[in-house]
Amino acid sequence: MTDRNRLPVVQDPSGCAGPEGGASRRDFLRTAAAGAVIAAVSGCKPDAVVEELQRRHLTELSKERLQEMLGKLEKKWSAQYGKKVTVGARPPIPGVDFAYGLDLSRCIGCRRCVYACVKENNQSRKNPQIQWIRVLQMDKEHGVSLQHATPYYDPEKVPEPGHFYMPVQCQQCRHPPCTKVCPVKATWKDPDGIVVIDYDWCIGCRCCTAACPYGARKFNWAEPNLPAAEMNPVTDYLGNRPRPMGVVEKCTFCLQRSRDGRYPACVEICPVGARKFGNLLDPESEIRQVMDRKRVFVFKEELATEPQFYYFYAT
Amino acid sequence: MTFPRWRDLLPLAVAAVLAAPLAAAGGPPAAPAKAPGPPPEVPGAGQDIQAEPPPFTEGIFPCTQCHEKAGDPSPRQLAFHDEIQGGFHHGAPDRWCLECHDNGKRDYLHLINGKLVPFTRSYELCGQCHGDKYRDWKVGVHGKRTGMWNGKKTYYLCVNCHNPHNPRYKALEPEPPPIPPQEQGR
Repeated sequence: MTDRNRLPVVQDPSGCAGPEGGASRRDFLRTAAAGAVIAAVSGCKPDAVVEELQRRHLTELSKERLQEMLGKLEKKWSAQYGKKVTVGARPPIPGVDFAYGLDLSRCIGCRRCVYACVKENNQSRKNPQIQWIRVLQMDKEHGVSLQHATPYYDPEKVPEPGHFYMPVQCQQCRHPPCTKVCPVKATWKDPDGIVVIDYDWCIGCRCCTAACPYGARKFNWAEPNLPAAEMNPVTDYLGNRPRPMGVVEKCTFCLQRSRDGRYPACVEICPVGARKFGNLLDPESEIRQVMDRKRVFVFKEELATEPQFYYFYAT
Repeated sequence: MTFPRWRDLLPLAVAAVLAAPLAAAGGPPAAPAKAPGPPPEVPGAGQDIQAEPPPFTEGIFPCTQCHEKAGDPSPRQLAFHDEIQGGFHHGAPDRWCLECHDNGKRDYLHLINGKLVPFTRSYELCGQCHGDKYRDWKVGVHGKRTGMWNGKKTYYLCVNCHNPHNPRYKALEPEPPPIPPQEQGR
């Protein structure tokens, strides 16, 4: 491996880097072994540390190994949050291609969806504050234009005259730029259309955050702040399980709900019924009815990301 | 407006369940104009759409508690229900109570053609004028549903979101805006 091709691995702080001064795979394994020794000395189970470092990619894990891994996480978080936490690994449902519809003629910008999402998906509440949905207030005069948009509006009542509101979240693109740039395949698109992230595989390089044209990906710059009392214990490995510091996260269409047949949390909370969700492959589904009957568009169509998130005007 | 408490409606629900086989035995659901079944009908029960109950003011339904028989049909200033009459913004002044509420059978609404409609199917009444919305609502494009995207859903009726006497959707207080990046970490 030449210097040019190396991944930007963090330097080993103990100074036992390879002879070339950089960090090679061998150095990494050596560090891992050292980590195991340190863990043994410090009282952690060494096999757990080594196992974690030697884990295979999620899509290559055997069922037994996956169940074992989920069990460990459940145990850890049940103790940490003082309630029975379940961590599922729900597979995509065959014959389902999810899509989302948002009625711009109905949305009033009340941000109920933002906070229902935070609650359902165990986002960090503050420092860092992480929200997967960003509601943009735009001018009717200018139409959908990011140059005339702000997420920081704070009047007493919404909607304000002369404005409309456009919530933006992960658009679950058919050609996602974010998964393309991930150097470690920590994020990929599942067959049901949902772009998922393995938070344990993410190295925190934030290439995906930069690649996303919708600002949908959020980075945990500090240890997430999730109060135990507010923690949602029904979680999924690729969805709303608690995240560590230094990883990227985003909307997953609430896969811990939608892959169980339920509506995402933002759909259920919306007081004006602006949010529609369903299976694109089912002609009777609400989303297909929207596409058949209404004027539909996708955000930043010119980028050819082909979102599975559609905006529409019902009136 | 509030929902009726289900505990209060339990005896009615039991009655409806017992009466259901009788109704089924009698062929297709009887047209309410002829035989409205055992009134008062239970909100949310025995209908084709699984829906949220209509948002009655507590204790107000059934209307026959007070209106035992038909009253004076002439439009006038009311002493009771004056708060509804005062805040009525739905095609006033060309309409008043009995345009929608039935005078003879007070626990029902009626369509323009006289067909009686229970409060749980008030969307039929709304759909007479708002046909485009009604069509969209029936296929899930207008309005709100909760539950399963691929299974059992609960529909919101028109009146769960729009006050039928003053239907414009009211402005809401927004939740707090996000904290700008430059103010985070303090």
